Amino acid sequence: MSNFEYAPAPESRAVVDIASSYGLFIDGKFTEPADGATFKTVNPATEEVLADIAEAGEKDVDRAVAAARRAQEKVWGPMPGAERAKYLYRIARLLAERAREFAVLETLDNGKPIRESRDVDVPTAAAHFFYYAGWADKLDHAGFGANPRPHGVAAQVIPWNFPLLMLAWKIAPALATGNTVVLKPADTTPLTALLFADLLRQAELPPGVVNILTGGRETGSLLVNHPGIDKIAFTGSTPVGKRIAQEVAGSRKALTLELGGKAANIVFDDAPLDQAVEGIVNGIFFNQGQVCCAGSRLLVQESIAEDLVDRLKRRLGTLRVGDPLDKNTDVGAINSAQQLERITTLSQSGEDEGATRWTAPCELPERGYWFAPTVFTDVSPSHRIAREEIFGPVLSVLTFRTPAEAVSKANNTPYGLSAGIWTEKGSRILWLADQLRAGVVWANTFNRFDPASPFGGYKESGYGREGGRHGLASYLQEGSAP
Amino acid sequence: MSARLDVRKTYKLFIGGAFPRSESGRTYEVVADGGSFAANAALASRKDARDAVRAARRAQPGWAGATAYNRGQVLYRVAELLESRRSQFVEEVTAGEGLKSKAAEAAVDAAIDRWVWYAGWTDKVAQVAGSANPVAGPYFNLSVPEPTGVVVVLAPQSSSLLGLASLLAPVLVTGNAAVVVASEKRPLPAITLSEVLATSDVPSGVVNILTGRTAELAPPLATHQDVNAIDLTGAIGADGVEWGALEAEAAGSVKRVVRPPLGDAEPDWAQLPDGPRRILAFTETKTVWHPKGA
Amino acid sequence: MTASASPGTRTTSASSPGSDGTTPAAGTAQILTRAHDVVGTTDLTDANLARYLHGQPGIDKVGADGRAAMLGTRSIKTTAKEWALDTIVSMIDLTTLEGADTPGKVQTLAAKARTPDPQDPTCPRPAAVCVYGDLVHIAKEALKGTKVNVAAVATAFPSGRASRAVRLADTADAVAQGADEIDMVIDRGAFLSGQYSKVFEDILAVREACHADGHAAHLKVILETGELATYDNVRRASWLAMLAGADFIKTSTGKVQPAATLPVTIIMLEAVRDFRDQTGTQIGVKPAGGIATSKDAIKYLVAVNETLGEDWLDPDWFRFGASSLLNDVLMQRQKLRTGHYSGPDYVTVS
Repeated sequence: MSNFEYAPAPESRAVVDIASSYGLFIDGKFTEPADGATFKTVNPATEEVLADIAEAGEKDVDRAVAAARRAQEKVWGPMPGAERAKYLYRIARLLAERAREFAVLETLDNGKPIRESRDVDVPTAAAHFFYYAGWADKLDHAGFGANPRPHGVAAQVIPWNFPLLMLAWKIAPALATGNTVVLKPADTTPLTALLFADLLRQAELPPGVVNILTGGRETGSLLVNHPGIDKIAFTGSTPVGKRIAQEVAGSRKALTLELGGKAANIVFDDAPLDQAVEGIVNGIFFNQGQVCCAGSRLLVQESIAEDLVDRLKRRLGTLRVGDPLDKNTDVGAINSAQQLERITTLSQSGEDEGATRWTAPCELPERGYWFAPTVFTDVSPSHRIAREEIFGPVLSVLTFRTPAEAVSKANNTPYGLSAGIWTEKGSRILWLADQLRAGVVWANTFNRFDPASPFGGYKESGYGREGGRHGLASYLQEGSAP
Repeated sequence: MSARLDVRKTYKLFIGGAFPRSESGRTYEVVADGGSFAANAALASRKDARDAVRAARRAQPGWAGATAYNRGQVLYRVAELLESRRSQFVEEVTAGEGLKSKAAEAAVDAAIDRWVWYAGWTDKVAQVAGSANPVAGPYFNLSVPEPTGVVVVLAPQSSSLLGLASLLAPVLVTGNAAVVVASEKRPLPAITLSEVLATSDVPSGVVNILTGRTAELAPPLATHQDVNAIDLTGAIGADGVEWGALEAEAAGSVKRVVRPPLGDAEPDWAQLPDGPRRILAFTETKTVWHPKGA
Repeated sequence: MTASASPGTRTTSASSPGSDGTTPAAGTAQILTRAHDVVGTTDLTDANLARYLHGQPGIDKVGADGRAAMLGTRSIKTTAKEWALDTIVSMIDLTTLEGADTPGKVQTLAAKARTPDPQDPTCPRPAAVCVYGDLVHIAKEALKGTKVNVAAVATAFPSGRASRAVRLADTADAVAQGADEIDMVIDRGAFLSGQYSKVFEDILAVREACHADGHAAHLKVILETGELATYDNVRRASWLAMLAGADFIKTSTGKVQPAATLPVTIIMLEAVRDFRDQTGTQIGVKPAGGIATSKDAIKYLVAVNETLGEDWLDPDWFRFGASSLLNDVLMQRQKLRTGHYSGPDYVTVS
C-alpha cells in the first residue's frame, strides 16, 4: 500500500438533470410511444435505475420516417448549404458549452470513467459537428462531382460503447450533406441522445431533421427495414451487420457498416518500450476494452516478449478500477450484465484452451458490472481469445519472430479495422503500414481519433468511412454515368 | 475451286494466365445475333470459379505491389493490343450484338479509348482520393486508397466489349485482381480480350475470365469467402439471376457490392465516366497515424 | 556521514551490508566494476559507451508527453492533498543561486528552512538548502541544530565550462566547508559531441572529491536536460550518470529554459527504475527549476507514485529544486487548515 493514497475525487452529478422518464423525439417534440411500451436504463456501476425509456414501435417508426421525409423535402434539402452549416456550428458550440453535463450523463449511463467522457468523448463529438459544419456549403469541391445530391432520409443505428460520439459521427455528416435522420441509440445508453434532443431545441433545428427513437433490437429492425428509408448507417457487431446487409439486399438502400475488430498491436524489439507499454494499455483498457478498434491482440517480438510483459504487468498494477465518476478512475464498469457474461465466458475459454491468465490486482465494487483487467499469455492463433472479439478488458499476447511473420499473424483474421505498430525504424513503419489489412493503422500511438481522419474497416469489419472528406461519400448519391 | 474451310477456334476459359477447358468438360453453344452457330464456349463450373478465385488471390499482391506507373504502362499496352485487334473485335461485336458496322466500330473504339482513360488513372487516384488529414495534434495522418483484393465482375449481358471494358478496367487500376463472368450469350469478345491479356504484360491471374451461365457461376462467387467485392451489373438480363439475392448472399462475408445501374438496365455505355467512381468502389481507404516529435 | 537521513544510495557501514539489508556506499572500484558489468567491457571508451547508451530503447516524444499529460489529470484532494503538501515541503531543496547572494540572503533562506511557517510549528522542514559553494559555511552555521542539509552547487555551475582541475577545486572547497550534498553539472558540450568517457570520468572524479578526507557528501548530477534537448539524450545521460556513481540525477540548473518538465522527469524516473531492476542500486531524482506551484509539484509526486511507487516517495529519494514553490505550498497548507484562501502576506519572504 502506497503512502500516497488518492482520496475520492468525484465529479458532481448535480450538473445534469435526469428526468424520471423520456418519450420519443419525433418531429421536434417529445411524445409518448404509440403503444406505451417502456424499458429501463441503469447505471452499470451501481445497477441503479436512471430512467424509464420509451420503446418505439411500428407506428412510431412510421411517424418518425414521415417527419424526416417531410423535413428533408421541404426544409433541409432545399436549404442552402451555408445555412445548414450554421445550424451545425450552433450544435457544436452548444455541445462545448454543455460539455460537463453531457460528460457526467455519459459516465452515468455507460459506466466509462469521467476522465474519458470529459477528455475524449464529448470534445471529439463537438469537434465532429464543427468539422462537418464546414463541409455543408463546399460539397461541390469535395470530389464527388458538381452538386452532389443527398440520399434523403437516413436511418442510423448506433452502439453503446461511445453513445454520444457515435451519434456525432452519424448525424454530423448526414446533416451536412442535406440528409435528415432517424437515429436509434443503443438500449443500454439512450440518455445522452435524449439530452442531445434538448440541445437541438436550443439550436432551433427545424423539426423532423433529427428524430431520435429509443428502443431495442426490434425497433432497430423496424427502422432499417422501413421502405421510407434511403440510407442506413450501422455501427455494431459483425453478426448484426451481416443480417442488416442481407435484409437490405435488393432494396437499393445505401448502406455502410462499421463492425467488429480484433486488432493486432505489434511491438518490435526496437520499440520505444515505455511508450509501447502505454500504447498497449490504452489500446485494450481504454473504455474497458469495449472498443471496435481495441488493440486486443498484442503481437510482440519474441526476443523482448518476457521483458515487455513484465513491464506491462507492472504498469497494470497502477490502473485504478472503480467509481466511474471519480476523476482518478482509469477503468470503469462494463456496460451491461450481458456484456459482462460474454467477457467472462470468453475469458474462461482462454483458460480452458491452455493460455495463461493473469489478472491485475484491484478491488472490484460490490454492485455493478465489473471485470478486472486481464492478460493472457501463451496464446496461439487458434485460441478463441485470439480470434473472437471479446469487447472487454482482456488482452491476448502472441509472439512473432520476423516482420513477415508479424504481418501474417496480424492479417490472419476475418476482421480488418485497425492495427498498431511500435518500432523506432521509420522505413519499417511504412512497410508494415502498407502490408497491414486494416482501415486505421496507428504507428507508435494508438486510439487516436479526429473528425478529419477517416475511420472504417477492411473485410468483415465493415465498409464505408466516417470522418474526413471520405466520410461524406456515403451520404451522397452516386452519379449515373457508367 | 471449292471455298477454303476455316480453322475454327476452341473457346476456352482464361484462368491463371492459361487457357484450360472447364474441369466439367462441358461446353455450350454461342449463337450469333441472327441465330446462326458462332462457337462452342466452355461452360464453366463452380470448381472453375473456385480455381479462378485462387489464381486471382495468388496474383493480386504482386499486381498491387507494382508501382502505379508500372500498372499504368501495362494497362496502356493492353489498349495498344486492343487497337491492333480492332477488326477482330468489330467482327465479334457485330455478330454477337447484331450491330450495324458503324455502331460496332464506334463501340470498339469507345472501349479502347475507355481502357486508355483508365490506364491514365493508376498514378492519380491516390492524389484525388487520398489526403493528408489535418488532425488536431502532433501527428502525421495520411489516408490512401488501396485495392480491396479480389473482385468478381458480372460482365454486362448486352454490351459485350464496351460494357465489359467499362467494368473491368477500373477494377485493375489500383491493383485488384478480377474474376470475370462473361456475358452468357455474347462471350466471344471477352475471350478475345483474354487472348489480348495473355499476350500483354498483365501478370497471370490478375484477370481471369469464365464463360458459362451467370446463374450457375454467380452464386458460388457471391458466397466465396476469399472474394472481397462483387460487381452485379451482369445480373441484369441474365436468365435465372436476381441481383438482390446475390447481394444478400454476398452479405455473409461483408463483401463490397456494386449494384446494377438504376432502373435495372444497362446504361448508355458510350457516355463518359464522370470520375473515378468505379475505381474507388473497389478500394479501401487506409488511414495511418504517426506522432511527430524529435 | 550525517546523522540525518542521507539522500541517495542507502548507506550503512562502508564495507558490509547493513542489518536491514541495504547496500553500502560504493567506492570508485565498485562503481567501475558495476559499470564494466553493465556496459559489458572494461574498456569504457567513447565508442563502447556509445554502443551501450545508444542501444537503450528509444523514446517517442509524443507518447511520453501524452503520459505526462494523463498523469497531470489526477485529482488529488482532501487527505491525499494534505499528505502531498507536507511531503512536498519535506522534499524541497530551498534554493538561492544568484550572483548577488550575500551572507544576509543565505541566512534569511536558512531561517526560512528552519521555520517555514511561523504560524504552524507542525509544518515540516525542507530537506536541504542549496547555495553556491562559497556560502556553504554561512548556511551550515545558520542551520545548526536542525536536520536540514546544506547542498552546494559546484563544478563551475551552471555552465560547467572550465577545466577539470577548476571543477574539482570548487567541489573540494564546498566539501571542505561541510556541504552535505554536492549538485554538480555534467559537461554538456562533451556529451553532445559524443565524448561519453570524459563525462563519465568527470563524474567519477567529482565523486571522489565528495568522499575525500573522510567526507561523504552525496552527489547529485545535473544533466541540464534543456540543453540535451531530446528525450533520448536525457535517458542516455541518466544512465551515464548512474553508471558513474551519481547518488541522485537532477534535471536542471534552473538557469536554462526549459528547466524541469514533467515528461523529462518521468523519463528520469523510468531510468532509475530500470537501473535498480538491473543493478540493485536505488538512485534518487531531483527536478529543478520551473516548478512554482503546488499544483505542479503534486503532479510530480503523482508521477513518482505511479512510475516508481512508495520506495521513492521520500526526501531521501526525491527532491524538488525550488525557491518560490515553498510559499505556494505553505499557502495551500494554510487553506486546508483554515478553509479559506491565503495570501502572500501570510507567508514569509526568503
